[in-house]
Amino acid sequence: MKTLTPEDITAIGLSLKVAITATTLALPFGFAVAWLMVFKTFRGKVVLEVLINLPLTLPPVVIGYFLLLLLGKNGWLGQLLSASGIPIIFTWKAAVIASAVVGFPLLVRSIRLGMESIDQQLIQASRSLGASWHDSLVTIVLPLSLRGILSGSSLMFARSLGEFGATIIVAGNIPGITQTIPLAIYDYASSPSSTAMALSLCLVSVVISVVVLFLHEMLGKQFDRSKGL
Amino acid sequence: MKLRIEVEKIMGDFSLQVSANVSGERIGIFGESGSGKSTLIHLISGMLQPDKGEIFLDDICLFNGSKGISLAPEKRRIALVFQQAMLFPHFSVKANLLYGYNRCSAKNKRIRPEALIDILKLQPVMQRGVKNLSGGEKQRVALGRAVLANPRLLIMDEPLAALDDSLRFQIIPYLKSVSEEFSIPYLFISHSLTEMQLMTDRVLVVNQGRLVEETTPEQLARKRMAQSQNGYLNLLRLSDPMDQNGLYAYRWGKNTLLISDGKVHKESLFELSSREIILFKKHPEAISARNLLVCTVTEMFNSEGRIGVVLSIQGQHLVAEIVRPAADELNITTGSTLFAAIKASSFRRLA
Repeated sequence: MKTLTPEDITAIGLSLKVAITATTLALPFGFAVAWLMVFKTFRGKVVLEVLINLPLTLPPVVIGYFLLLLLGKNGWLGQLLSASGIPIIFTWKAAVIASAVVGFPLLVRSIRLGMESIDQQLIQASRSLGASWHDSLVTIVLPLSLRGILSGSSLMFARSLGEFGATIIVAGNIPGITQTIPLAIYDYASSPSSTAMALSLCLVSVVISVVVLFLHEMLGKQFDRSKGL
Repeated sequence: MKLRIEVEKIMGDFSLQVSANVSGERIGIFGESGSGKSTLIHLISGMLQPDKGEIFLDDICLFNGSKGISLAPEKRRIALVFQQAMLFPHFSVKANLLYGYNRCSAKNKRIRPEALIDILKLQPVMQRGVKNLSGGEKQRVALGRAVLANPRLLIMDEPLAALDDSLRFQIIPYLKSVSEEFSIPYLFISHSLTEMQLMTDRVLVVNQGRLVEETTPEQLARKRMAQSQNGYLNLLRLSDPMDQNGLYAYRWGKNTLLISDGKVHKESLFELSSREIILFKKHPEAISARNLLVCTVTEMFNSEGRIGVVLSIQGQHLVAEIVRPAADELNITTGSTLFAAIKASSFRRLA
């Protein structure tokens, strides 16, 4: 095993930056969508459900390709952003979008599970005691979903760290700019002389994942304790 | 409190259609599981929207389908107390109690939390989390939380059903005293006739999504005497027990009753089934029953072929149940003087 090169360290930093940004950006949307799915009845709910879960079943490369069509030079969103002076494709922002899209269903699923475990009568009790729906959302639903939010965020963060297929399509594999850990490992793996370098980055991946899972468990237990469970 | 409700609601195979106009401070909604009681209170509290109709509480329109009025649940000021106390698990007892209070406007903060905490005897648990409270404590916190929100109406949805018998009847005085002390009318939902008799003055009987009867709890208990597993249940408040040869002599107004129950409380609530009372036309000789009471028949009623005999015993009342041939043979009529024999072991302690 060899020591990490400056490019590797940049890739590690970029991976963390992409995973943190993707998770943070997706969180409010994930919470809102989970809330809609659990507490609201509306027309087209099944369609929304399918759309949310689609990235789970589609190959990431397909997702990457769709994102490329949408955000590329000829895509309607790409043209709009380009006109506003915000280039997306082949920048780290594209990697964030790819990670956010791929990890979104995992985030929503976990938050949903957390919300579904809340007894509806708790919400009814709060409403009957004078809490408006948003008051009830903040004081009852949000704190009681924290376990789900934490699980979803950890899962999404971990998924973002490992994201490869969609990222390579929309962000490319540019060392120092868009090369994340999986992309760097991919580069090393294609050259037989770089096995040791690939292994070093794999080890870094494992360490980051273990730390994330460990933090997840610790925080989960702390939430349970604070809820008196 | 005046509640006027005329609503329709269809939910899958179930349809609820209720039209009622009731007034009183202690109203009961009685019905079996699945009769529509919960749906009805969800419509009143605003948790569900009727398909059509209108709901008025006093002069406030809570819902009017044709005018498109539907007051949000938090604006109705109708507080709910559920079967499972439904305390917020992430809050302390104190934070639970003050949840509604803190959301009241200044003029609606009329109930002092300290006064209520005293009545409900919650001082020792105020700083605790809610997880380790006993069932009775949880229900008292839920009641306190609802009352502190100073609601126009308190809806109690089978609040005692999750508690065991001894606890159930310990909570009832709290429910009644808090409502009386702070002048909060309530709707009490239950499928227990005993609870209806103890908690309410008027009862709406709901069956298969329809309001089938509006009556008093006493009339309801009499009507259901024959079909109830234990007949009509007489509720007796007894006091000052004295040990007497292994039994306990309790005071019941001007009467004395001998009861085998060993628990000694100054005030007790007992239940006595109408089927445990044997009537004699003449004074019986040498019987094993320890209570023999001279009584006068003040009223007789029919419950699906069974005869209910209302007995007056020095100002107290009991209902005995006999079959038609027994009534004919003994020639029992209103005004008859009879002897009622009750075994010492026939009384069941409620509290």
